[in-house]
Amino acid sequence: MLSADDITALWVTFKLAVVSTAILLLLCTPLAWWLAHTRWRGRTVIEALVMLPLVLPPTVLGFYLLLLLGPKGWVGASLEAMGFNHLAFTFTGLVIGSMIYSLPFVVQPLTSAFQAAGGRMLEVAATLRSSPVDRFFSVVLPLSRRGFLTATVLSFAHTLGEFGVIIMVGGNIPGSTQVASIAIYNHVEAMDYASAHTLSAILVTLSFSLLLAVYALNRKFKVVAIT
Amino acid sequence: MSITASINLQRGSFQLEVKLELPAKGITALFGRSGSGKTTILRCIAGLERVNSMSLSVNGDVWQDEQLFLPVHQRALGYVFQEASLFPHLNVERNLMFGYNRVAKAQRQICFTETVELLGLSSLLKRYPEQLSGGQRQRVAIARALLTSPRLLLMDEPMASLDQSSKAEILPYIERLHASLGIPIIYVSHAIDEVSRLADYMVLLEQGRVLAQGPLQELLTRTDLPLAHSANAAAVIKARVQAHSDDYISELQLADGQCLAISQQNIALGTEVRARVLARDVAIALVPPQQFSVNNCLAVTLLEISDDPNPGHVLLKLALSDQVLLSRISRRSLQRLALQPGQLLYALVKAVSLDL
Repeated sequence: MLSADDITALWVTFKLAVVSTAILLLLCTPLAWWLAHTRWRGRTVIEALVMLPLVLPPTVLGFYLLLLLGPKGWVGASLEAMGFNHLAFTFTGLVIGSMIYSLPFVVQPLTSAFQAAGGRMLEVAATLRSSPVDRFFSVVLPLSRRGFLTATVLSFAHTLGEFGVIIMVGGNIPGSTQVASIAIYNHVEAMDYASAHTLSAILVTLSFSLLLAVYALNRKFKVVAIT
Repeated sequence: MSITASINLQRGSFQLEVKLELPAKGITALFGRSGSGKTTILRCIAGLERVNSMSLSVNGDVWQDEQLFLPVHQRALGYVFQEASLFPHLNVERNLMFGYNRVAKAQRQICFTETVELLGLSSLLKRYPEQLSGGQRQRVAIARALLTSPRLLLMDEPMASLDQSSKAEILPYIERLHASLGIPIIYVSHAIDEVSRLADYMVLLEQGRVLAQGPLQELLTRTDLPLAHSANAAAVIKARVQAHSDDYISELQLADGQCLAISQQNIALGTEVRARVLARDVAIALVPPQQFSVNNCLAVTLLEISDDPNPGHVLLKLALSDQVLLSRISRRSLQRLALQPGQLLYALVKAVSLDL
């Protein structure tokens, strides 16, 4: 059934999805908050940049990242100059790649959630002696939990299915940068349809259960609010 | 003790320039048409609008001046918005506790259970906002604001988004606040019946400027202001419930000992009430008429005769000891009776509406 490499590929995929989603949520919360509230005119440029990964072919994104993170790239070369290793074909490179790739899927739901949770409710909270930080944690976060849930799931699921960026940035190194989608591709190339089937079925089941859980949770939030 | 505010604000073509000196007790109404700046003033007082050229002090405490801007959450105020704006993720009890918990114990002057009773919320505590009617939500919002033990309560047309029956449900609660709590209230409204029922003091606004400010009774009857000349011009007089007779009449005693008879009301004897008398419901006689169906005939002195927007009408200002009544009569009657200021007259009052 599953070979040791397949299991590793699944594990790498899972690890990649968790790590990049977690970091994205941390970084995008302030970004989305800013986008939801700023009146700065240059905001549209930032918005367009954030949405760019949505329309770019993953290979284009991956290609530039490879150039940037590789030994001759701006980031890779600086790192090497400082005594670190460049990031092409590393797990860190993958995380950076998939974070950029999933950026719009996190920023978008968070921004809408923050826009909806802001305004009047924040004013009300302020008149009830709630300080700005307190307002964020006791009003904005609870009112935005659906946005956070959506962002988490979209980013996670999106990373599970990533292929183009990863093959460009990370290559195909079993045990370190080979993820499930690439392992499936390898199996098909080798005409090993049985293994491709098994891995694919696992991914389908996993993604479906995830989405199912989200919709159920979303409903539960709603139910909680009514009773 | 008073609340003084001076606000200078320019927003696009709208200019607000007001100086207010409000009593720190009772209900003060900010009255004017939409666009006159009522809500903006309230938001400035709350600190929700940041205005640089503004000063504000409440009972001697400076909340804002040239150097100082106390942020909203540090101002000891309660704010009731036009829409109740309850937190949808919290039930009624936790909505109420939101502000209550954020006030230091030593500064809490308002008791949780008493407030819940005062606003009739005991049976609603476990419900969520979406399960409440509009009137119930607004009552929760009022209680929530009160529970921060504010030194000033700001209410922005709290009844404007409610239907007639919800309004009728809320009004008595606001009157109860007025009667039982010593918190000054600034109440924004564009409904004169609401204002004359609730307010003690009034600020008349027009296009970002103060047209007049003063005690309600005075402003309602000042003939140089538009209120006394509107179709529903009315005077408010204070009276005390004196007797309930067995022919279904309640008798109200005025300060000078005269009596007003109204259809029976279920109000305890001795209660102080406000009687609202429309100018068009007051007729004038030179001698007390004998065979006449109107029960209420009050001896008054004619203070002033002024023109009304309708050229066929004139407005009379009548002194009823230290209170004032308005009467709108035809110009023909004025000439026929040859009325002169200073004259003793009899005011025949056809209808009185009563507010507690």
